[in-house]
Amino acid sequence: MTDLGRVLVLAGGLSPEREVSLRSGRRLRDALARIGVDTDLRDVDGSTLPALSADPPAMVIPVLHGTSGEDGTIRDVLDLYGLPYVGSTPAACRAAFDKATAKATVGAAGVATPAAVTLPREAFHDLGAAPLIDRIVARLGLPLVVKPRAGGSAFGVTFVGEAGQLAEALMACFGYHDWALIERAVTGVEIAVGVLDTGDGPVALPAVEIQPITGAYDYAARYTPGATAFHIPARLDAELLRTAAAAAVTAHRVLGLRDLSRTDLIVDAAGAAQFLEVNVSPGMTDTSTWPMALQAAGLDLAVVHRDLAATASRRASG
Amino acid sequence: MVREHRADGTEPTDRWWGSYAARASGMIASEVRALFAVASRPEIVSLAGGMPAVDALPLDAVASTVADLVTSRGRVALQYGSAQGDPELRARICDVMAMEGITDAHPDNVVVTVGSQQALDLLTRVFVDPGDVVLTEGPTYVTAINTFAAYQARVVHVSMDGDGLVPDALRETLTRLAAEGARVKLLYTVPTFQNPAGITLTASRRAEVLEICRRAGVLVVEDNPYGLLSFTGEPVRAMRADDPGGVVYLGSFSKTLAPGMRVGWALAPAPVAARLVLAAESAILSHSMFTQLAVERYLATQPWPEQIKAFREMYRDRRDAMLTALAETMPAGATWTRPEGGFFIWLTLPDGVDAKAMLPRAIAARVAYVPGTGFYADGSGRNAMRLSYCYPPPERIRDGVRRLADVLRAEISLRQTFAPLATTDPRATDPRPVAPRTSDFRDQ
Repeated sequence: MTDLGRVLVLAGGLSPEREVSLRSGRRLRDALARIGVDTDLRDVDGSTLPALSADPPAMVIPVLHGTSGEDGTIRDVLDLYGLPYVGSTPAACRAAFDKATAKATVGAAGVATPAAVTLPREAFHDLGAAPLIDRIVARLGLPLVVKPRAGGSAFGVTFVGEAGQLAEALMACFGYHDWALIERAVTGVEIAVGVLDTGDGPVALPAVEIQPITGAYDYAARYTPGATAFHIPARLDAELLRTAAAAAVTAHRVLGLRDLSRTDLIVDAAGAAQFLEVNVSPGMTDTSTWPMALQAAGLDLAVVHRDLAATASRRASG
Repeated sequence: MVREHRADGTEPTDRWWGSYAARASGMIASEVRALFAVASRPEIVSLAGGMPAVDALPLDAVASTVADLVTSRGRVALQYGSAQGDPELRARICDVMAMEGITDAHPDNVVVTVGSQQALDLLTRVFVDPGDVVLTEGPTYVTAINTFAAYQARVVHVSMDGDGLVPDALRETLTRLAAEGARVKLLYTVPTFQNPAGITLTASRRAEVLEICRRAGVLVVEDNPYGLLSFTGEPVRAMRADDPGGVVYLGSFSKTLAPGMRVGWALAPAPVAARLVLAAESAILSHSMFTQLAVERYLATQPWPEQIKAFREMYRDRRDAMLTALAETMPAGATWTRPEGGFFIWLTLPDGVDAKAMLPRAIAARVAYVPGTGFYADGSGRNAMRLSYCYPPPERIRDGVRRLADVLRAEISLRQTFAPLATTDPRATDPRPVAPRTSDFRDQ
């Protein structure tokens, strides 16, 4: 056993990404246990808080995805209980999880991001959907991507090639969130760039290029093993790889993120790395890009998270 | 750890990706299955799964039956058995079927299976070549669709109304398929308290359907897991009772005893039964002797008919709770069936409402159901859903229906905002090739 004390991995919960989170959590728990870290896994529910009070862990690693997992809620709760944890502060999570805020913040720091508009369902209801949709198409052009303002794993995300598809895409989106981010679709090389900070400042991991075999990087392509080809490092020239890495580190810094993050980008035909979104609790399943990037960097998932836990422990006691 | 790399330098997450059979190409991760992972949490009122309420079982009686079995016949119960199943259990199964009017069943023609689901799998295996047609009601049992898909069958639905499968529609479908040169092998039907619609095929239509299939040379597969759960207390006469040579009857103890036993059966004409036994041998070698004998001993020593009566009353109360809640809360334009037995109500939503698109909002409101599209092989059923009343107690059912009604109202409002503008569904024009998909849903 290490001198970290008992590490609690929090996963599951009630978001649509529950199953993904549980798979991530189990993988991390098993990896940490293998290197001698005293690790428990807890599926977050109504019994969690009494358990945290009765038997507080020395360290928490939140591997919760989606709302309440990545929007800062669980970290606010951990702060209330005085429990140290790996990862970003609640305020930084809120800024990162909100795609509109993240795009504005990262864009203001000089990183390209596709033109977009973010609107609540009430706007369409109260002002009239037809003129708004017409205006969106006129302003942003086609094709578009409609996505919930917050959330992951491509839930509620639709590619819109024709104006007539936009209304249906918005309805699908509003099933998951009351706000829709409607973004100009960018064609190019889709990459995920992990950022790791074990105490010496944020460093980008090798970019993972995502190439779905059957089309879009949707839920099935993400979580069916084999349905997506991953190129590590991405098939980009060295300059573009440096640009992408710099964009991910910039996103991590300007959003005030801590310890780890994963930034999703598209490198467009002109060679610009376009920021799409950032994740404060990246997936750790067998088909997730974060563990792949660590491995490509010669790092071990368990050792990295043990070190992040040690850093968080020092931060808490300092 | 050594990781393999493809020749093109990519990182494979499944090195066997290129080796799977074509019939497995649709077996992929799905968004809706992920949502159902949330639905299984106790915080959610699940009106989705068809799980029997096993907490109504006398567990002490089950425990003593199993203990006696181990003590008295443990060496038999823990040994291999035959692929056809234990003879004493098969004899008792014949007694059970007699309650539904099948008085001529012989134990030699009964094949015990791992739930009736395996009987369906074996039947499809021995009858259906890729491309053969299986007719089913529309909607039909979701996991039957998955079984047929696994054998690359072409599923063609025949419409139902409140009296069950429509004979004229069956005739028209057979005529059309004959003109196409299609080979129609089976009519799969759940004629009594149907899953998912809760509808029962009337007696006169049963005779008509049997006659149509006899003339067309189509074997009828009568799946009857709910037949004994009639709320009037009167069992419905099985189709098999009136056509021993043209019907394979599938039965199960999953709803009348316990699904965890995994004991079902097929009663088939003798030559068909012989094929099923050989198919079962290659599939599982032999069925679990332990669970077969546990069921046999339970039937022999416990007041099982009284247990069924208790189940019936419990499910009737739950059905009543759901019907009352639906009447009190559902917005105009929603309609639903009134089952006289079984587990399910089919709720049809106002025009344009998409039950699958609404599911994430329902899960967020802590209520779950199965969207109607899961019960069709052709994408129909978008504005419908199956509601199960079998598992949650009445107060949870009322709570769940209230939540569902609120979600539905919000969805109707959303549709009113956008639907007039929705000229094209982007999901329907997805340019990617469509492989036959294993349904997003599974059933219990």
